[in-house]
Amino acid sequence: MRTSTKLGAMFACATLALTACGSDSGSDKKGPGGFAVPDLKPLDKLGAGEGEVSVLAWPGYVEDGSNDPKVDWVSDFETESGCKVTVKTFGTSDEAVQLMRTGQYDVVSASGDATLRMIAAGDVEPINTDLVTNYKDIFDSLKDQKWNSVDGQMYGVPHGRGANLLMYNKQKVTPAPDSWSVVFDDASKYAGKITAYDSPIYIADAANYLMATKPELKIKDPYALDEKQLAAAVDLLKKQSQNVGEYWSDYLKEVQAFKNGSIVAGTTWQVIANVAQSEKAPVDSVLPKEGSTGWSDTWMLGAKSKHKTCGYKLIDHLVSPKTNAAIAEYFGEAPANRLACKETSDPNHCATYHAEDEDYFSQVRFWNTPIEDCLDGRTDVKCTNYAEWTKKWSEIRG
Amino acid sequence: MRQRRTPFGLLAAPMAWLVVAYLGALVAIFATAFFTTDPFTNKVVTTFTTENFSGLFTSTYLRIIGRTLLIAALVTILCMVIAVPFAYFMARVAPRRLRGVLVAAVLVPLWASYLVKAYAWRAMLQPEGVLDSVFGGTPGYGTVAVVLTLTYLWLPYMILPVYSGFERLPEAHLEASADLGGSTATTFRRIVLPSLTPAIVAGSVFTFSLSLGDYIAVQIVGGKLQVLGTAVRQNIVLDLPFAAALGTASVVIMVVYLTLAGRTGALDNL
Amino acid sequence: MSLSRGTKAALWGFALLVLAFVYVPIAVVALNSFNSDRTFGWPPPSLTTKWWSVAMHAEGPRDALWTSVKAGVGATIIALVLGALLALALTRFDFFGKRVINLLVILPIALPGIVTGIALQSMIQNVLQPVLGINAGLFTIIVGHATFCVVVVFNNVSARLRRMGASLEAASADLGARPWQTMRLVTLPLVRSSLVAGAVLAFGLSFDEIVVTTFTAGPGTPTLPIWIFNNLFRPNQAPVVNVVAVVLVLISILPVWAAQRLGGEAAAESRI
Repeated sequence: MRTSTKLGAMFACATLALTACGSDSGSDKKGPGGFAVPDLKPLDKLGAGEGEVSVLAWPGYVEDGSNDPKVDWVSDFETESGCKVTVKTFGTSDEAVQLMRTGQYDVVSASGDATLRMIAAGDVEPINTDLVTNYKDIFDSLKDQKWNSVDGQMYGVPHGRGANLLMYNKQKVTPAPDSWSVVFDDASKYAGKITAYDSPIYIADAANYLMATKPELKIKDPYALDEKQLAAAVDLLKKQSQNVGEYWSDYLKEVQAFKNGSIVAGTTWQVIANVAQSEKAPVDSVLPKEGSTGWSDTWMLGAKSKHKTCGYKLIDHLVSPKTNAAIAEYFGEAPANRLACKETSDPNHCATYHAEDEDYFSQVRFWNTPIEDCLDGRTDVKCTNYAEWTKKWSEIRG
Repeated sequence: MRQRRTPFGLLAAPMAWLVVAYLGALVAIFATAFFTTDPFTNKVVTTFTTENFSGLFTSTYLRIIGRTLLIAALVTILCMVIAVPFAYFMARVAPRRLRGVLVAAVLVPLWASYLVKAYAWRAMLQPEGVLDSVFGGTPGYGTVAVVLTLTYLWLPYMILPVYSGFERLPEAHLEASADLGGSTATTFRRIVLPSLTPAIVAGSVFTFSLSLGDYIAVQIVGGKLQVLGTAVRQNIVLDLPFAAALGTASVVIMVVYLTLAGRTGALDNL
Repeated sequence: MSLSRGTKAALWGFALLVLAFVYVPIAVVALNSFNSDRTFGWPPPSLTTKWWSVAMHAEGPRDALWTSVKAGVGATIIALVLGALLALALTRFDFFGKRVINLLVILPIALPGIVTGIALQSMIQNVLQPVLGINAGLFTIIVGHATFCVVVVFNNVSARLRRMGASLEAASADLGARPWQTMRLVTLPLVRSSLVAGAVLAFGLSFDEIVVTTFTAGPGTPTLPIWIFNNLFRPNQAPVVNVVAVVLVLISILPVWAAQRLGGEAAAESRI
């Protein structure tokens, strides 16, 4: 017993002494609304290449041939630009935010649920789009959006997008669903065989469904929920959770689950549906009538980066028609560069992923970071922020 | 003949290492548990609060902690039940020339990646998977699957110390017990088990702590199961102070466990 | 203890069952490395050697293997030095605070890896980077691994020291040897095999560690487990990961065998 007392005392004293160096204390001054942006200036002009650049990317976005010699859109860039590229992949947006915060990465592929957090924390800096030659060919609908710009200043270069679709087992789920109700209100029909994306951002999927089914909640934007609206979404998800077999966050897990029949319905990405189908899983996917959530990824530049010229060059390279096409095909998404559609090895790629179909994407509410300032413009009420969503998500998962 | 003085020369380097690289980091993270985060950027803000700890005592987290303890206890018990007879077999029944091979057989799987093994269990447990086709049924993904997979993963960590416990057990003691009329069962209960207890407890420190902190295997075969490890993982990015508080809970559990284990003399046996 | 024939047979049966339990999943991995299905559907629809040829040509796993070896060797060397010193101090001396130190040595391996991981990560981010300019990378991986590897060397060496007692060292001192001579000529040769056993285990622990590594690794330095983690969840790569795992099991027979030979008895009774 003596040992543990002593140890406890040791911890206690040391804690007191070290409290000050506990962690990052330099938080930014906040504006009245809760969302103030650190005053950072974009680069004026490119300098000489710094010789190296480190990238933080979704798996499959920056392939350097080390996994498969045939899949390589980095080596040529390295020779041409003289910038040696190192890549680290991440599994979730939250992980990306955390890794970017270390300041060790120059470039990051950020989804909309990560971008604002990085912008507000001063982890990434504004982009001078004039320095990105391919920027002019990016679909206009991806520019100056809520998740990649502040007051008309772009904070990155759009890369690609996709919808969170509903995937279902054609044999088990009949008739073919056209509504999210199959995973929400009617989920008990498939008890234990429903899946959902394992992240607090999935709350927006419930809100999106409520937008259509419970108009009295007056949800206008699934990422701008006040207390009452959030509570309704959480309720819906808690009910859903009783019927969930497993939550997924990587695609191997989801493809397997659909293939072996342990899961019959749930959210998916187009690429997962394609892989599942090519593996002869009896599945189909649909964009339900309520619309859906989705992701739109943006290349951003680290504010603390010491390799900004190489960073710009790499971003420009990644969104160039050929490379953007190669990535979009390898990863399975709609490219952001409109010229990329002519460069894909599968001529139907852009059609499959609805790259040029603005009507399709108008039904997709892209991931965004929920903040206290209601993103839908309401000022009479405070919205719930992502930290609250996170707490609720733990409750939902139980 | 132990010398009664403090060997500063020997201790300086290792203690500097452990205190600076490890204890310092641990203390810093516990300090963080008393901080809050900026609600938007999720950055840690140094405002003192005890909310993270009171958050632990809500029903959601108490249930998570309880569930994790249960899983860790079940895994540990299962490992013991398998390891004791197996290690006995290795040390006393198997022909001497086979012993080295058996030790190797237990060690080799430790080198196959932990992740790959966990995924192999995912394949074993799936509907129409290996278990289903051999035994005609599978527990599916969930608590049972997690207990099974973790038992599989940590079993060598129990077998090895128990095996060396048996190796150290002098044959003479067993013979003496038999000569004095003790039956096999009595000898096992009265002689073998007591002298083996430290080794078993030592092994249990591994199986228990590894199960307590696991989050990867749980994600792979746990279905929608939420345990302490996954809760820490989920919160590290979004709410580091709360993750630190959850981490503190597991540290407290382990320190209590180690203190109890220390009483059996097991810590000299790790 | 004499066992009845029936008990013996039962133990043989039980042991075979346990070995099956241990090896069937590994056999499944081996089979899946030939599975033509990209997400290892069961039973395999057909077999292919495609993944093996992809793996043979992939640089990723080879680079990662090399990183892992470097990290393992680095961590093992540090663990050997620190673990042996600690073992000597704690078995040959009695002093105030000994039990606390004992507990402190065990703590890194007894606490969940995720706690050690976040602790080290915040250390790197708040102290190493801003103050010393050391970024997360191979060095921080080695530091993290060494911290929990110390205990296995410590355990092996102190068990040996306790068992052989101090009489030989005392004799050496009585015969006029200086402490250093005693250490070099008496103590070290006697504990050598336990050092080997400890080193093998330390290397093994480091080699398959993923949780602490996740938090201490920087960009561009994936160890093999991290490479596996990054690739296991991608349909095109997952089967290649199975190949890598099978190769690892095959390679691992080598160090295990070597430890048995070099360490002799000590390896057989090696402690984790």
